[in-house]
Amino acid sequence: MKILVCISHVPDTTAKINFTNGDTEFDTNGVQFVINPNDEFGLTRAIWFKEKQGAHVTVVNVGGPETEATIRKALAIGADEAIRVNANPADGFFVAKQLAEVVKAGNYDVVICGKESLDYNGGMVPGMLAALLNYNFVNSCVGVEIEGTKATLVREIDGGKETLNADLPLVIGGQKGIVEEKDLRIPNMRGIMTARTKALNVMEAVSADVKTKAVKFEKPAPKSAVKLISPDNLDELINLLHNEAKVI
Amino acid sequence: MSVLIYTEFSEGKFKKVALELASYAKKVAESLGTTVTAVTVNAGDVSELGKYGVDKVLKVSDSKLDKFNARAYADVVKQAAQKEGAKVVILSSTTDSLYLAPIAAVGLDAGYASNVVALPVSTSPFQVKRNAFSNKGFNITELSSDVKVIALAKNSFGLAEASGAAAAEDFAVTLNDADFNIQIQSQEKASGKVSIADAEIVVSGGRGLKGPENWGMIEELAEVLGAATACSKPVSDLDWRPHSEHVGQTGKPVASNLYIAVGISGAIQHIAGINASKVKVVINTDPEAPFFKVADYGVVGDAFQVVPELIKKLKEFKAHNN
Repeated sequence: MKILVCISHVPDTTAKINFTNGDTEFDTNGVQFVINPNDEFGLTRAIWFKEKQGAHVTVVNVGGPETEATIRKALAIGADEAIRVNANPADGFFVAKQLAEVVKAGNYDVVICGKESLDYNGGMVPGMLAALLNYNFVNSCVGVEIEGTKATLVREIDGGKETLNADLPLVIGGQKGIVEEKDLRIPNMRGIMTARTKALNVMEAVSADVKTKAVKFEKPAPKSAVKLISPDNLDELINLLHNEAKVI
Repeated sequence: MSVLIYTEFSEGKFKKVALELASYAKKVAESLGTTVTAVTVNAGDVSELGKYGVDKVLKVSDSKLDKFNARAYADVVKQAAQKEGAKVVILSSTTDSLYLAPIAAVGLDAGYASNVVALPVSTSPFQVKRNAFSNKGFNITELSSDVKVIALAKNSFGLAEASGAAAAEDFAVTLNDADFNIQIQSQEKASGKVSIADAEIVVSGGRGLKGPENWGMIEELAEVLGAATACSKPVSDLDWRPHSEHVGQTGKPVASNLYIAVGISGAIQHIAGINASKVKVVINTDPEAPFFKVADYGVVGDAFQVVPELIKKLKEFKAHNN
């Protein structure tokens, strides 16, 4: 079974969010970049399939040379090889088009993406990729089992869960639950050493439309200080929630 | 050239998010000098949409669509949009609508912007403001494609009554077998409980509660308020509460009107996930807890004293006000 894991290179959660160049770009100064958390769950699950079912795991990222350190982390976690499509991830559709070329060229059975990246929160690449390829697609995926060419998947729905059956080939929009947080793989010394020798192939991008563009960024309005209420005066809290905030 | 919306109908009525969607779409349609058409799937009485400005309703009825299927529903939205010559298609941010949105966008060769928080900044060029960086920033996104698909962020636009005819007509769609390649084997839903996704109020507990045996008061507080219960990641990892209650960056997002955090210090990942909630109340013994920096109201005190007292006073308040 050939698995392709799509990873995004995103600012670490604790990064300070600032904008530069007249508020038209995210300021990367001093920012640590990591593998998108939703992608990490899928990557660990792919490594599980490698160890238990002999799957071959490739990771792919659409980005410039600055993403290679992040790609190497994925190799250190256990992926067999990596591909970087040399282009700025201009928008979700553009990225999906690049990934579609990679999938077609490599003939993958399962494509695992994160449901949403925590930088732009687009939540569109897995669905667009599946639509471009005409592959079965399960979003908000919190569980996947594969036997031969058949998959059983669990999708998180509002208020519960749904179990689905789908044939391969398949695209998954994964999130926490596809593996548990405590089972996330982290790179060990051996992984880091071997990552250096694994293939990281750079592919040129294909031409594709860019249909959306972030023209400006804004920070949220500064928050006013918290109103503290004494534990002896909870009537006041209720009063404020009812009359001021109007939420009860 | 109307604005096309997909309004979700469930358990005999339109979801609240569908009515908020209609209210938003009406304003967008007015700024474009056009009308609002809603497409529904296996809906009953659709006249309520008229109260929120919907002028026409395309009613799709097909037993194959009884259960949600993203590819098939995306096909429905695409065909409805094509029939109407719609240039703007607006969806809710429910799990199902977000699942079908990117598929519909590709089908319509449309640009897609999710998490849209306000009416368009401009209609020509078409620009919308959306949440980004896990609620720590916004971006103004321009959609340059002929057809534009946007998803309205949860709880970002309230109900606004406007008159519309909601003239209903049956709409037959052409579905392919391939649309039904994925089959639902089973569903598991917590019955009777308010889901975090739909809740107007969420009551959430953290490690400060010291153990799962202490959750009774959280559940009781939630019950008095008609709220959903939630928890922080450490609580979920420790299996004190079901994993489905975990809210935060890698858990469920919260966009309720009110979020009450009890015994939660306020790690950045937690705040990122709940930041879209409108009003935050923090109850914690530690005055230095980072959560107080983003809270609207705070009580520095022992949860084991404060919460039971709050429950008692809320019951009095509710009795007095009803």
